[in-house]
Amino acid sequence: GAGLALPRLARAADLQPNSFEEITNYNNFYEFGWGKEDPASNAGAMTIDPWSVEIAGLVERPGQYDLADLIRGQPLDEHIYRFRCVEAWSMVIPWQGFALSGLLSRIGVQPSAKYVAFQTLYRPEEMPGQRQGGIDWPYVEGLRLDEAMHPLTLLATGLYGEPMPKQNGAPVRLVVPWKYGFKSIKSIVKISLTAEQPRTTWQELQPSEYGFYANVNPEVDHPRWSQASERRIGGGLFAGREPTLPFNGYADQVASLYSGMDLRVNY
Amino acid sequence: MADRLNALLRRLPEAGVWCLGLIPLAWLIWQVLQGGPGVDPVRGIEHFLGKTGLWLLIACLVIPPLRLLTGINALRHRRAIGLLAFLYIVLHLTAWIWLEMGLYWSQALKDLWKRPYLFFGITAFLLLLPLAATSGRAAIRRLGPRWKQLHLLIWPAAGLAVLHYLWQMKIISREGWIWLTLFLALLVSRLISAGLRRKKLRCDSPRAGKPATDSPHGQAKLP
Repeated sequence: GAGLALPRLARAADLQPNSFEEITNYNNFYEFGWGKEDPASNAGAMTIDPWSVEIAGLVERPGQYDLADLIRGQPLDEHIYRFRCVEAWSMVIPWQGFALSGLLSRIGVQPSAKYVAFQTLYRPEEMPGQRQGGIDWPYVEGLRLDEAMHPLTLLATGLYGEPMPKQNGAPVRLVVPWKYGFKSIKSIVKISLTAEQPRTTWQELQPSEYGFYANVNPEVDHPRWSQASERRIGGGLFAGREPTLPFNGYADQVASLYSGMDLRVNY
Repeated sequence: MADRLNALLRRLPEAGVWCLGLIPLAWLIWQVLQGGPGVDPVRGIEHFLGKTGLWLLIACLVIPPLRLLTGINALRHRRAIGLLAFLYIVLHLTAWIWLEMGLYWSQALKDLWKRPYLFFGITAFLLLLPLAATSGRAAIRRLGPRWKQLHLLIWPAAGLAVLHYLWQMKIISREGWIWLTLFLALLVSRLISAGLRRKKLRCDSPRAGKPATDSPHGQAKLP
């Protein structure tokens, strides 16, 4: 169906994936430390089996589900996506996952629901970063329902054919390829459907720098750096920068979601 | 302990300080030849150079209070340490414009003006330029007492360098706060010692009214 066809369209010839080594050793996952290498060193302590996900809010079938039960029957496929961090670096990642819309249909979205809220595991004894201040744990993120239902939006459970490495958000994470990476919340333990726009960690922390939408947009700079260009990780010392594409190169598929919206205001 | 260290420091030639100071650079070059440092060598190089520069800059500021507190006297090596700091900062700037910005001069210059953390960084560099240029003995002789005044610029430069470091973080890490605290502690100790020196100067000066031979604390002198 459309859910499978669209990611294939996104698979342009220039999408040469980064190496497994790069993808798993260069992560922002502040639950495991501030450094890019900290998640690879510290995430090993996280218990991912058993793993349950709470489904809550405006849904037909709320409850606490075992992950395997929750995602049974969803069509796992490989999706090679660009990944653009708000810090102006980027990678290309071959995810294994399925469209979030499949899961949302399964849990039954009530008509009054307008947004989807996500929450990361909170377990300070296994997550050293959570024992420090700086962020109001647990990490939370959210999408508008139409963004969540878009066929490009994935729940990913692996990469490079391997189960999701812990530092990349095992056992299940969100992937929204046209938004800055921080929207793609890792190690999800709760998904709830809401009528109001949910709070999100970065917007709460620094509202002038991080918005709810966080669509990749070369025209709207981060107050402290330009978003006009990006540096591809793994390009070598002298690879330089490449221009950042609107919606991270997925404008054809997603721009219509925002027609009529001022993207400078809704950054 | 301090005496033995001082004897060592006295014997250490300036070239020796340079050799020690270039060890981090040699380590970095070795890392780069191995494909590092880290998954993103560009960021690794840039951060390593910047941090080493900041370390050395702070080291220059640590030398006087270190002598006061522990008796360890490294004043004679301050010039070499300062120049090494400048070298690492120049390399840091080069790595930024060349490797990080990919020589996108227009974006880089626009960013320098628009982004506070880059503005802090480049201002710190510009403040250090005249210091590096007047580090030679000839300049010290030529400038006389103005040399000392000019070299107070290391304070705003180091302060801006710390701000530059803190401002580029998404969240200020514990390490960031440590740098800021260290800098502020050094600044406060410098202000206190400058205040004391001024007071002492006033008391000691014959113009202060009392004869210079007066004993301190107004104690009575035995005949």
